[in-house]
Amino acid sequence: MSEQEQLPLSADNLNYDHDDHVFRLRLFVTGASPNSSRAISNLKDICETYLKGNYELEIIDVYQQPLIAESEQIIALPLLIKKAPGVERRLIGDMSNKTKVLRGLGLPVEN
Amino acid sequence: MIQADKTLFTMTNFHKQQKNNFTMLPKTPTGITGLDEITGGGLPKGRPSLICGEAGCGKTLMSLEFIIRGAMEFHEPGVFMAFEEKAEELTQNVASLGFDLNKLQQEKLVKIDHVHIDRSEIEETGEYDLEGLFIRLGYAIDSIGAKRVVLDTLENLFSGLSDTAILRAELRRLFNFLKEKGVTAIITGEKGDGSSLTRQGLEEYVSDCVILLDHRVINQISTRRLRVVKYRGSQHGTNEYPFLIDEEGISVLPVTSLKLEKEVSSERVSSGIAALDDMLGGKGFFKGSSVLVSGTAGTGKTSIAAYFANETCSQGKKCLYFAFEESPKQIVRNMKSINVDLQKHIDKGSLQFFASRPTLYGLEMHLVAMYKMIHKFKPDAVVLDPITNLITVGSVSEVKSMLVRLIDFLQEMQITVMFTALSLNTIVSEQTDEGVSSLVDAWLLVRDIEYNGERNRGMYIMKSRGMKHSNQVREFIITDKGLDLVEVYLGPEGVLTGSAREAQKLREKTGVALRDFAVSRKDKEIMRKRKMLESKISTLQAEFESTEEELNKIYFEEQLKEEIIEKNRAEMTNLRKGAIDAENQIRSKK
Repeated sequence: MSEQEQLPLSADNLNYDHDDHVFRLRLFVTGASPNSSRAISNLKDICETYLKGNYELEIIDVYQQPLIAESEQIIALPLLIKKAPGVERRLIGDMSNKTKVLRGLGLPVEN
Repeated sequence: MIQADKTLFTMTNFHKQQKNNFTMLPKTPTGITGLDEITGGGLPKGRPSLICGEAGCGKTLMSLEFIIRGAMEFHEPGVFMAFEEKAEELTQNVASLGFDLNKLQQEKLVKIDHVHIDRSEIEETGEYDLEGLFIRLGYAIDSIGAKRVVLDTLENLFSGLSDTAILRAELRRLFNFLKEKGVTAIITGEKGDGSSLTRQGLEEYVSDCVILLDHRVINQISTRRLRVVKYRGSQHGTNEYPFLIDEEGISVLPVTSLKLEKEVSSERVSSGIAALDDMLGGKGFFKGSSVLVSGTAGTGKTSIAAYFANETCSQGKKCLYFAFEESPKQIVRNMKSINVDLQKHIDKGSLQFFASRPTLYGLEMHLVAMYKMIHKFKPDAVVLDPITNLITVGSVSEVKSMLVRLIDFLQEMQITVMFTALSLNTIVSEQTDEGVSSLVDAWLLVRDIEYNGERNRGMYIMKSRGMKHSNQVREFIITDKGLDLVEVYLGPEGVLTGSAREAQKLREKTGVALRDFAVSRKDKEIMRKRKMLESKISTLQAEFESTEEELNKIYFEEQLKEEIIEKNRAEMTNLRKGAIDAENQIRSKK
């Protein structure tokens, strides 16, 4: 989870061959609630900006799959789980705080 | 025990229903021994209740038992959402209580959902809600058709998530959600600082029923207590009730049963000492009554108790003997010296000893241990020897409250109980140390009577409810043949016992002998006098006879003389007549 493991990233520098560096993200939402909608759009913005072409984003509606709530230890929603690279990380909220999202994903935070 | 409490509980319910059968708050029985009695039937049905208390006071176990008993006894499936412990840990924890959580989960009667929440793994990036928890809970409830839900400990959310404003709003929503689902829920919470019941003020969300658990250590002995802080729309016991956790789960023991409606018996049971039975109207104690034997050290309290136990067993009944001072073997040996063979009753199985040091565990534990033993053994009589030692593990009021409950329970079961108590002073106090004297039905007092350089035992009956009893002090003697009561000597010098009584008896015997002797001497004298007089009388008689004879002699002579004269005269006349006749013949011839 430490940032040294991560290579410096920029918008141009996106072509990675290693699966390790592909960001596998799962976003859990609840239907089309305001929080969920905001989370989806905010996250998509961030990914497009910082991880263009280097991420897999899976959006799951927990209402449709209630069983997954238990197996994934879901309490607060919306929830973003970063499965890879590095250590699993959980981010909750509507992803409006970009700095926290970037830190959570292990990306360098812009000043 | 469970069964007895069940009947109690149904009885309470019955009375309640009789009182107001119009709008009664529906309740969900917890199945926890005693708790349903206090709450008058259980927790409010379809509403959340709060159980709060400090760490380690039994919140989790109580709520888990609510779920398990609901599933096993009332066929109400339950969801246990654990925020602290994992399902495996919970399973292990209750396995020691004889509950198989795995089996219940497989049978879809119980669902355990462990909620893991760790602040360090979570980054909060904006607005969120707890919809995930709702979905999980809703799914768990629907999947097994749960009627009961436990959230243990919900406050852990506050340590995992930082936005308390959101959490509070979501909690309010959660309780509404639970009510909508129609489940009877328990939420547990840690006791907060100061006067607040929980750290996060959960009590403001749960307003229907709040139960506070407490764990106190007094004199190095810990006691758990339970109090129903509030219960809207229902009557409930307001006291602090001790409870304990043992191998059968939680048992709450109401301080007294809420009513005084016990069956009574007019059957009598012998005390084993015939003279004592005589003092008690000739028949002994009432069956199911409580008897207190108090006295100073060495007055024979245990002997009386052993006699009572022996008598009970000899009549083919069963007796349970709780010894807090001596070991069973010691008692058996000691009682042999007064000709009581307890061993044969033990061998037959009609007498059972239960010896434990009072300090082994707290009073409540003693009480429950006794409850259990009594339920298992089903005795006709119980002996507690002595209750004084219990004072070492509790205050006077605690011991009293425990004994009240014990007496209550025993009366319910129609078991005669004999307590022995050590009183420290020889002055007759109106109160024993344990303050049970007012509770018991009969109180025998054995006391020392020190007089004339020796110590004797006196016994009297301080009280015996509902029967004529002797008001006399009797001397209580212990010999190698057994116990007996003898009447004390009441003389001009007062009450005499022991050798003084014997001496007085001897004195009396001497007096009698002397008097007897005097009497016999007088008798002899009279005899002699009579003899003397009699001889005198016979002399006089003889004198009289001789005089009489003398007198008679003259009389006879006279008579004889007269007769002879008469005879002579007649002859003479005859002679003369002949002459005349001849003369007349001659004359006629002429």
